[in-house]
Amino acid sequence: MSRRRTAALPKPVALLFLLPAAALFAVFVLYPMATALTYSLFSWRGTAQDAFVGLDNFVALFTTEPYATQLPRAFGHNALLFAGAMVVQNSVGLLLAYVLHRRGRLRRLFQVLYTMPYLVSPLVVGYLWSLLLSPLFGPVNAALRAVGLEAVAQPWLGDPDTALWVVVLVTAWQWVGFPLLVYGAALGALDPTLEEAAMLDGASSRQRFWHVTLPLLTPVIGTVSVLTFIFSMEAFPIPYALGGSSGSPAGATDVMSLLFYRTAFHSGASNAIGISSAVAIVLFLVIVVISVLFTRWFRSVERRLT
Amino acid sequence: MRRAAVSTLLWGYAAVALLPLLIMVWNSFRTDQELVVEPLGLPHSPSLDAYREAWVEASFSTYFLNSVLVTTASVLLSTAVSLLAAYALARSRSRLMTVIEQVFVSGLMMPVFLMIVPIFYLLDTIGLASTRTGLILVYSAVSIPFSVFVLATFLRQLPDELEDAARIDGAGPLRTFWSVLLPLVKPAVATVVVFRFVPIWNDFFYPLILVRDRAQYTLPVGLTTFFGEYQTSWSTLFAGLVIATLPLVVLFLVATRQIVTGLTAGMGR
Repeated sequence: MSRRRTAALPKPVALLFLLPAAALFAVFVLYPMATALTYSLFSWRGTAQDAFVGLDNFVALFTTEPYATQLPRAFGHNALLFAGAMVVQNSVGLLLAYVLHRRGRLRRLFQVLYTMPYLVSPLVVGYLWSLLLSPLFGPVNAALRAVGLEAVAQPWLGDPDTALWVVVLVTAWQWVGFPLLVYGAALGALDPTLEEAAMLDGASSRQRFWHVTLPLLTPVIGTVSVLTFIFSMEAFPIPYALGGSSGSPAGATDVMSLLFYRTAFHSGASNAIGISSAVAIVLFLVIVVISVLFTRWFRSVERRLT
Repeated sequence: MRRAAVSTLLWGYAAVALLPLLIMVWNSFRTDQELVVEPLGLPHSPSLDAYREAWVEASFSTYFLNSVLVTTASVLLSTAVSLLAAYALARSRSRLMTVIEQVFVSGLMMPVFLMIVPIFYLLDTIGLASTRTGLILVYSAVSIPFSVFVLATFLRQLPDELEDAARIDGAGPLRTFWSVLLPLVKPAVATVVVFRFVPIWNDFFYPLILVRDRAQYTLPVGLTTFFGEYQTSWSTLFAGLVIATLPLVVLFLVATRQIVTGLTAGMGR
């Protein structure tokens, strides 16, 4: 980048312009972040900060009930949500983006149609599907019966074996538009001569996809995967709408965010603030560490490919 | 043959994406009776009863107004302060500015769960607990990282000869900002406005925790209580979902291009 000769704004004026944003950001983002870290290191009596206890809250989180059971279970569900998103939403998104990219006609229209669920509030999406899957009047079961699949119709959200899969699929349904748009943009930016060269060399369209297009998309796939991971770990409105704050039935749809919410605001434990802050920090650390490792791994894959 | 398969795939997925939303809309015009007897039917005699019920009895008029107020005020406030800050960051070179910009942008990664309890106590301490004002300030603050990032990137692409010319003509920094730069950054401002409006309108976590007073509820929190109370009035529930979604559809029709580019903003390499 070339160095500018003139600074258009004198420093005092620049600082004055920065002031409103900086004040707002400091009070409502930086200060809460800083204090959150200390919250987990103290014991609490209701809303009053008590004694400094070091890492005791974290130890309690992993060794005392109900957290010792609920924490790994909730984390496992988040992991499944991520796996489901990678398998369902990202591959469907990539497939649709690729087909649309090669097709051209009506591309814009399909993009808009596929993006519609992404625009709707996740809470609305969750509630909508809870109505669609209702055993009483749900159109999903009615449709299954209408095509002779009576045996498949069931109370999807009442059965612990199916409820979590409903959460996974509903989340994927809402999010497909995101990878679709990102992959669509990335495909549009690729150099078309590479694929033409492969075509002249006699590569089939399947070979061209696997050996030319996919490797070129690696960096974008990496970014989408990391973001998918972060979103999966922080999932809240859809599980809340489908399974309530306790992750019903029987905790089958419980996730980390619900565990945090219950612990902080509905557990009634006197040390609720200390423990829930520990939950939030564990979640935060998991997200940061795995995202960094993920990004590094994708970079090395990218280097090997080029 | 191949083309037919591709067309089937594309239209098939379009149905998967849209059908649930269409069912939501047309079921909101039907009665509970019709819903039970004929779950797959179309509205025979479309009725607005469900909307009347949701809007009047279930206080959706209040929630809707609160949502409009909170979302609009948050977007305006955050865009205004972010524009000023982005101008300062884009047009002055110093180590301090670089540090400040990095602090702002680091906010893009701040997780909501970590901040919410301290924010709850903070609002309580300054007397803004359970108020729309408190919610507006919080939303504005958390919007700053994205807005500053987009606006500063855009402002840097504008040649600074324009401002040099304005300065030679005797305009001060504020005047230059208002009359020269603001008209030029309109597209970026539109992107920021649309792209912050959607998540704030849809957000549910902050008001769920920060707002305890029913009269101050926004639509998403209103929806959660409404789903508990109207469990057996299904068409009313569908109507509530449509009401919560409607402004986004309007926004989408007005600003499709902004939304589609906004959704992928920052994703390009």
